[in-house]
Amino acid sequence: MIRESVCPAMWRRPMWRRRAVVLVPFALMGVLTACGSADQTGPASLSAPASSGTDTDGGSITVFAAASLEESFTELADRFEETRPGTVVTLNVAGSSDLATQISEGAPADVFASADEATMERIAATDLLDGEPVTFATNTLQLAVPPDNPADITSLADAARPGIRTVVCAAQVPCGAAAERVAEAAGVELSPVSEESSVTDVLGKISSGEADAGLVYVTDVRAAGDAVEGIAVPEAADVVNTYPIAALTDSEAAETAHAFVDFVTSADGRTVLEAAGFGAP
Amino acid sequence: MELTAARLPRWIVAIAVLGGLFVVLPLVAMALRVDWPQFIPLVTSESARSALLLSLRTSLTATALCVLFGVPMALVLARTAFRGQRVLRSLVLLPLVLPPVVGGIALLYTFGRRGLLGGTLEALGIEIAFSTTAVVLSQAFVALPFLVLSLEGALRTVGTRYEAVGATLGASRWTVLRRITVPLVLPALISGAVLSFARALGEFGATLTFAGSLQGTTRTLPLEIYLQRETDPDAAVALSLILVVVAIAVVGGAHRVRPIGGSGPPGTVARPVRSTKDAR
Repeated sequence: MIRESVCPAMWRRPMWRRRAVVLVPFALMGVLTACGSADQTGPASLSAPASSGTDTDGGSITVFAAASLEESFTELADRFEETRPGTVVTLNVAGSSDLATQISEGAPADVFASADEATMERIAATDLLDGEPVTFATNTLQLAVPPDNPADITSLADAARPGIRTVVCAAQVPCGAAAERVAEAAGVELSPVSEESSVTDVLGKISSGEADAGLVYVTDVRAAGDAVEGIAVPEAADVVNTYPIAALTDSEAAETAHAFVDFVTSADGRTVLEAAGFGAP
Repeated sequence: MELTAARLPRWIVAIAVLGGLFVVLPLVAMALRVDWPQFIPLVTSESARSALLLSLRTSLTATALCVLFGVPMALVLARTAFRGQRVLRSLVLLPLVLPPVVGGIALLYTFGRRGLLGGTLEALGIEIAFSTTAVVLSQAFVALPFLVLSLEGALRTVGTRYEAVGATLGASRWTVLRRITVPLVLPALISGAVLSFARALGEFGATLTFAGSLQGTTRTLPLEIYLQRETDPDAAVALSLILVVVAIAVVGGAHRVRPIGGSGPPGTVARPVRSTKDAR
C-alpha cells in the first residue's frame, strides 16, 4: 500500500525517498530482533561444536527451562559443563506454556523444566516424556512494591484497599492461579487494575512505579534486586508452586539429558536453587 | 497479469510465487488448525466478545487521532521547508522502525505516573495508566506514521501547481486546502487511515507494556489471544483467525479505494485539469 503511493514520487523527489528506503532494512531488523527475543536462547553456552567424543551420546543437550529459572539454570548449566568436560548445555528460556507448545510442535529439546505441574502434564499426555517428572524446586508468592513503597503496603489486605493499584497475573497462567488461591486463603478480595500474562509483566509494572503492589514469586523479588521491595504474605506459604523436570523422548543425548536432570535434583543443584530463593521440594 | 508476466523473466515470477507462499502458507496452516465445530462458541465467549469490541473501539479512536494529527503533520512535511525537516521526518517515522515494546516503554516514561508528564497529568486529575486511554495512545503511537507516510507521499506526487493556480485566482489558504489539496489526496488519506486502523487493531507490544491487561478495559484482541494461548490454544487459534479476517477485510477495502479515486499520477491529473478549467 505504502509503496504504491510512495513510488511515483521517487523520481521526482529522490532525496528523502532514499532515506525511506534506507529505513526499510532497519524496520525488518526490528521485526527480526523482536521475534528472536521471543524464544531467546540463554547465554549458558555458545554452541561450540561438541567434539568430546568421550561421551556415548556426544554430550550436547538443549534444556527448555521456565522463565523464572533463567538465572539458576544458567549457573547450573555452567557447573554441569564443568563436571563433564566436552558437554555443551544450551538453554532455551521462556514461559512454561510457550515451551510446552514448542516441544509438542517438535522443537529439539532434551530436558524440560516447567514452572508448574499442569504444563508438565500436558507434555506427559503426548508421550514425550522419558521417565517420570521429578519435582526439584518450589516457589511461593510474595507482595512486591516499588522501592519506596509509596502506597504504604504492609499486607495483602492493604493491596485490596480502594484506590490502590494492584497488579496480578491472569488466572490462566500459573502465577495468577496461585494469586487467586492466596487471596482466597487470606480472605481478601483483590480488584486488580491489570491481569498480566506473565510474572515479568507484573514485575515491570511495579518497578516502573505504575502499580502500587503486585503478587509475584519470591525468586522474582530476589532477582529484581533493588528495583522492587518484597513483603512476605503469611497466607502464601500454603500455596506452593512446584517445579518438575524431566528428560524428553526425542533426545539424541538421552544419557546426558538424564545426567542433567540428576544434577539439578542433587545436593549441588539444590544449593544453587536455594540461593535464588527457591524452596526445597 | 498475463501481459506483465510475459515481459518478466520467469525466475522473477518464480521467486515472487515463493515469497507469496511464505506469506500465505502460515495463514493456511493456522486455518487448518481451527477447531471448526467449536469455532462459534470459542469466538463468542464473553471474554472474546469483550476483547473484540474493545479492539474495534480503541482502534477507531486511535485512527481518528491519527487523522486529526497526521493530516496537518503530512501537510507540514510536504508543503513547507525548514531547517531540520529531514531529521524531524525521520523522527516522526520512528515508530515504524521501533519494536512496539520499546514504544510502550517510551510511552510509559512519558505518560506513566513517574513519567515526564506524569506529575502534570496527575495534578490535572488525568489518570492514564491501566486505562483504555493508554490503549488508544499505544495504538495511535504505532499507527500514526502509516498515515503520515502515505499522505505525505501523495501530497508530493500531486505537486503544488493546482494549489498555486487556485491561489493566484484569489482563493484563501484555507479554501485551497479544502477545495484543492484535500480532494486531490483524499484516496491516499482514506487508505492511510485504513492502514492506521489495521495497525492499531494488531497492536500488542506497546499495549502490553504500557496499558496492562484487564478484560473490558485494556485487554484487546491480540492480548486476549496471547493469554488464551496459555490454557486454550483452540480459542487462541480461533480468535487469531477472526483478527486475520478483519485485517484482510480492512486491507482489501483500502485497495478498493484506489481505483475509484486514483491517487496515482493518471487519476490525479484527470481531476484537477477539469477543476482548473472550471475555474477559468
